[in-house]
Amino acid sequence: MGQNDNVISCKNVWKVFGDHPERLTGHLKPETTSEELRATGHVAAVRNVSLDIARGEMLVVMGLSGSGKSTLIRCLARLIDITDGAITVEGRDLGTMTETELIDLRRRKMGMVFQSFGLLPHRTALENVAFPLEMRGQDRISRIARASEMLNLVGLGGREGYFPRELSGGQQQRVGIARSLAVEPDIWFLDEPFSALDPLIRREMQDEFLRLKGMLAKTIVFITHDFDEALRLADRIAIMKDGAIEQIDTPERIVMAPATPYVAKFTSAVDRARVVHAGALALAVEGRAIDGPALPAIETLHALARRILQDDRALIPVAGRDGVVTGLIDRAAALDLLLGPAA
Amino acid sequence: MNPRLSHPALMLLGLALLLCLGRFALPEALIRLPEPLILPFADWINAVFAFLRDDLGLMAVTRAFSGAVEFCLDVTANLLYGKSRWPRLGPIPWVVIAATMGMAGYALAGWRLALLSAGTFVWIAVMGQWKWAMETLSVIMVAAPFSVALGLSAGTLAWRFRGVERVMNPILNIAQSLPHFAYMIPVVVFIGVGPKAGAIVTIIFSVPPMIRMTLLGLRAVPPEIIESGKMSGTTKWQLMRSVRIPAARTELLIGINQVIMQSLAMVVLASFIGMPGLGQKLLNLLQSLKIGLSVEIGITIVLLAVVLDRLSKAWAMKQPAHLEPGATWAARNRLLLIWLGLCAAGFALAAAHPYFAGVERKQALSLAVPIDAGVDGFIRLVTPLTDWLRWFLITWVLIPLRDGFLWLPFSAVLAFIAALGWLVGGVRSALICLAFILPIALSGWWDRAMITVYTVTVAVTIALLIGLPLGLWAAARPNRARRFLLLCDTLQTFPSFIYLIPVVMLFGVNDVAVVAAVMVFATVPILRFTIEGLCGVPPETIEAAEMSGAGRAQLLWHVKLPLALPTLMIGANQSIMFALFMVIIAAFIGTQDLGQEMQRALSSTDVGKGLVLGLAVAFMGLMADHLLTGWAARRRKAAG
Repeated sequence: MGQNDNVISCKNVWKVFGDHPERLTGHLKPETTSEELRATGHVAAVRNVSLDIARGEMLVVMGLSGSGKSTLIRCLARLIDITDGAITVEGRDLGTMTETELIDLRRRKMGMVFQSFGLLPHRTALENVAFPLEMRGQDRISRIARASEMLNLVGLGGREGYFPRELSGGQQQRVGIARSLAVEPDIWFLDEPFSALDPLIRREMQDEFLRLKGMLAKTIVFITHDFDEALRLADRIAIMKDGAIEQIDTPERIVMAPATPYVAKFTSAVDRARVVHAGALALAVEGRAIDGPALPAIETLHALARRILQDDRALIPVAGRDGVVTGLIDRAAALDLLLGPAA
Repeated sequence: MNPRLSHPALMLLGLALLLCLGRFALPEALIRLPEPLILPFADWINAVFAFLRDDLGLMAVTRAFSGAVEFCLDVTANLLYGKSRWPRLGPIPWVVIAATMGMAGYALAGWRLALLSAGTFVWIAVMGQWKWAMETLSVIMVAAPFSVALGLSAGTLAWRFRGVERVMNPILNIAQSLPHFAYMIPVVVFIGVGPKAGAIVTIIFSVPPMIRMTLLGLRAVPPEIIESGKMSGTTKWQLMRSVRIPAARTELLIGINQVIMQSLAMVVLASFIGMPGLGQKLLNLLQSLKIGLSVEIGITIVLLAVVLDRLSKAWAMKQPAHLEPGATWAARNRLLLIWLGLCAAGFALAAAHPYFAGVERKQALSLAVPIDAGVDGFIRLVTPLTDWLRWFLITWVLIPLRDGFLWLPFSAVLAFIAALGWLVGGVRSALICLAFILPIALSGWWDRAMITVYTVTVAVTIALLIGLPLGLWAAARPNRARRFLLLCDTLQTFPSFIYLIPVVMLFGVNDVAVVAAVMVFATVPILRFTIEGLCGVPPETIEAAEMSGAGRAQLLWHVKLPLALPTLMIGANQSIMFALFMVIIAAFIGTQDLGQEMQRALSSTDVGKGLVLGLAVAFMGLMADHLLTGWAARRRKAAG
């Protein structure tokens, strides 16, 4: 992940709501506190956020409601203008783009999925998916072909003529996903896409999403307040609180090495064994003896639980995808993680 | 109520009482505003209008606009009743129009509406009222699209620019409380009389609800739909055309429904400025007391109102449904094909027999004779009662009350109004109320205004006495409540003019008839909001009270009524507004209030006087509105 291959970069981004936020532009410093802002009649929805998102990466932004995650994603799409700082998309400053450039960027590079779907009620599923293509002036035949293809991709073939109100919530969100992908965007924003769905459908849609993600190489920013969802999907997780990012890291490191007490509290209920991979727990070999079968490094401890329990070696070797042993797991530590510390 | 706030209010009330008690000792200037203080508002308005008309050349603008309207009117008039103008195609045979309306009903809401809608037009034709009804409809067909276009653009401007909204809001408030006649006088000055003037006054009168609904609809579009539109790469114009306006469809269509209903109400009244059609016929028949024939016309107007309302509401509520995939062209255009077939059949029928093209006067059915006979019998039956009622009301209620209202020193009324304002909203409300009432005193129409106030007071009081118990009774069972609400809905679609028919029939032409008409018209909103208020009490609250062991009476007095009170106040407020509108319309059956003066201003085309009188009525309405909604809002806030 070279510095040059960042698709989105944020530098000290602030979004302040209130009486006269435009007056604060250029006056916001990292150490500016909520109290100072409140005294002037303002509230920071996004405070001093800096992050880079690499090409092809999937970043999940997490936080409770009101933590500013939805505001942040809207800043990245410039649905709202930021108060201070800078956001670059593919090396171009988002804030200085003209209206035309911004529209062009959205027509070619960006797609977005919304929590309550944001479908146009008066258009059929097919017409909804074709809408972004229509807006950029694509001809009727090709846009209908493309839209049907997208509906087939999300498993809604045969429902082209249905209106949104005739579809279930999960189906409506499939239409939303198909629409966001219709223009073949490089950057895919998803704002709590599955929060409005009931748990069973949510699980199904997550699987669907993972399938699509595997098929399409896209840079993804995914918002959720559901930590299990984040763990299932993320390459990296950013945890937000009161508009600021508390920690941005891989799921394992978030769980194993929380940067702040807030993150620790946030992750305390998580079943670590489902997050931590064998490779992450492995100690360096340092000349110790290696014998017997090795555990695959990319599996979670939870998936290996039976094997670890039945293995009576104190140190179990771990091997990468190529079969080369990369380290050793302390069986006692692994059991602690799986079963909780011995009393 | 807050004792600290009520203190000055009590003092003001005391002052009002003192001024009344000490009236004999008061100087003349405190009883009626002395002549030199009366401001010539009418002359000022006339000067402004003369300036607009002569110096600014507004006449040319209005001429151009009315030219366009006239062209459209000629087209619809030719098509609907064969006026000999371009495109010289009409008249369309009545069977074809009836079939078209029936088809519209079927397409929008199914068989029942199709029958109602086609049946109405068959009734009109068979009763020989075709030409009048088409004269009326031809104006609505032109006026409604103009109003919708104007309202849509003005509403969009107000939505886009806060400043425009801020200016437009008070204007709309006043415009929606100005009585119908106040609109007619300036139009007569600029356009003259006749169908063109009728159409233009209709356009102006029906714009405000469209503006309001446009603003409401555009505001109510969910933000995610707009964001999804933006993320689809829309330009501002694309976003407006393809996202915002279609997403606001329901509100906009309800706006269109209101425009159509307002147009119908106005077009019927525009007979006062020479608009031919059903309204003029009704006016003539009522004035010559031909009850049977006026009932026939009344039925037609009512049927038209119901059909137009149901059709446009069905359109607003209609949700798109998908077609089976792979449907043939004929299946996709089934309704269109049926309609074309019906039209072809209609034209063939009309060619085969002239009866189906147009019903001649001598072929027309009439129910006038049996209706007259029935009404005569009924009246003979109830005459002892109505005569006694009339005598009792005039001698013991109306005249003493009217004299009482006229006896009040205007200073006492001002103090009383200020006290009410203070009670409701502190010093600010007191000042607002004074700002509404003082110009009426300054305009020199105080006595006339007091007669209007007296009529409205009496009518609304009786309306409350009837509407409240009836509403309580109706709300007791959900089915009954639903039926009554439907009845109220239907009654509210009738043009106000209709309410005059039964009261003239029962009481003749006098004060009692006016009060009765106003009272009937004002009862509808009270009944409606009483039912809605009582049915709107959350079921958990009622269950909680029942579990606390509340009896039925306790439940009503301690739970339902207090919770329904804010809604009831809205009903009372609307009732007063309706009463003010009606009392002005009723002027032509003989009153001595502002309405009668307004009719005089209309016949002498005195814009200044007409507008001053109209504004006086509007200010009374707005003051009542301020007091009642302010109070309801406070109650609601207190209730949480």
